[in-house]
Amino acid sequence: MELDAAKMIGAGLAVIGLSGVGAGIGAIFASLIQSIARNPSARAQVFPLGMLGFALVEAVALYALLISFLILFT
Amino acid sequence: MSSAETGAGAEPVAEAHGPLFQFEVHPILSFEIGGVDLSFTNSSLFMVATFVVVSVFLTLGVKSRALVPGRWQSMAEIAYEFIANMIRDNVGSEGRRFFPIIFSLFMFILFGNLLGLLPYAFTFTSHIIVTGVLAISVFIGVTLVGLFRHGFHFFSFFVPAGVPSVMIPIMVPIEVISYLSRPVSLSIRLFANMMAGHTMLKVFAGFVVPLGAASFGFGGIAPIAMDVALIAFELLVAFLQAYVFTVLTCLYLNDAIHLH
Repeated sequence: MELDAAKMIGAGLAVIGLSGVGAGIGAIFASLIQSIARNPSARAQVFPLGMLGFALVEAVALYALLISFLILFT
Repeated sequence: MSSAETGAGAEPVAEAHGPLFQFEVHPILSFEIGGVDLSFTNSSLFMVATFVVVSVFLTLGVKSRALVPGRWQSMAEIAYEFIANMIRDNVGSEGRRFFPIIFSLFMFILFGNLLGLLPYAFTFTSHIIVTGVLAISVFIGVTLVGLFRHGFHFFSFFVPAGVPSVMIPIMVPIEVISYLSRPVSLSIRLFANMMAGHTMLKVFAGFVVPLGAASFGFGGIAPIAMDVALIAFELLVAFLQAYVFTVLTCLYLNDAIHLH
């Protein structure tokens, strides 16, 4: 198999992991919305943690993208 | 995505650059010392600009020293309180001595991200070398704080509480590896967010002229609308990434000061 073709296939396979990230972000915000709905006064404490959690999960998405670009371009 | 070259002495052709051209570092004032390239580049220019903007924002903001703050003084006070509360909540009262470095870190990253959103600007946080140095400095600083405070007892951090003795030989390498991966994740998170955001902006912007040319100008509106939405998103990401970098620094500091 040519190297370029293998790179394309590898890059495509590498981004399959983003499906887990989509599920993770959905889970974070689902629990954030539910916890605010149960106890609206806790919003000020829960919201920063929700943002931290979102950023950490999104970081995993970017690791997958990074590996995909590394495969594709080096 | 190709760069058109001017012909010999021909009329200048508008150069088309790919979406990654915006990340190139160009020297503005080249000089080198002993073979090491120390030029003042566009990256350095924007770091200086960030420093100037932050300093002006903070010093002129509180100059009036009103008891009931006006708008500018309010913003400066909000920035101070935001980080002071973050340190108090995540590190505790011993964290107060670290306020200057954490506040500087937050403002530097935040305004670096924000200034990069201006047209024709350069986002210095989109380079792994810059975010890598920030993350490694945080990592080394936090580890040194832990070592100076606890001495060799600091290494008890790698044995989690409540672990049966049989599991310790397995858990300690895992804990060490996850500790060593902190600067890696810290730097890559910031760099990848900034680079991906700006690359997307450029990719959509590159669609405007081709789509517009094919549809008497009307098709070019869609990529512009998408870019407007993306800029709003990138403003959010600029704040969020600065906040996350700083909050994780506070959490790592808390780990070093309070061990478990």
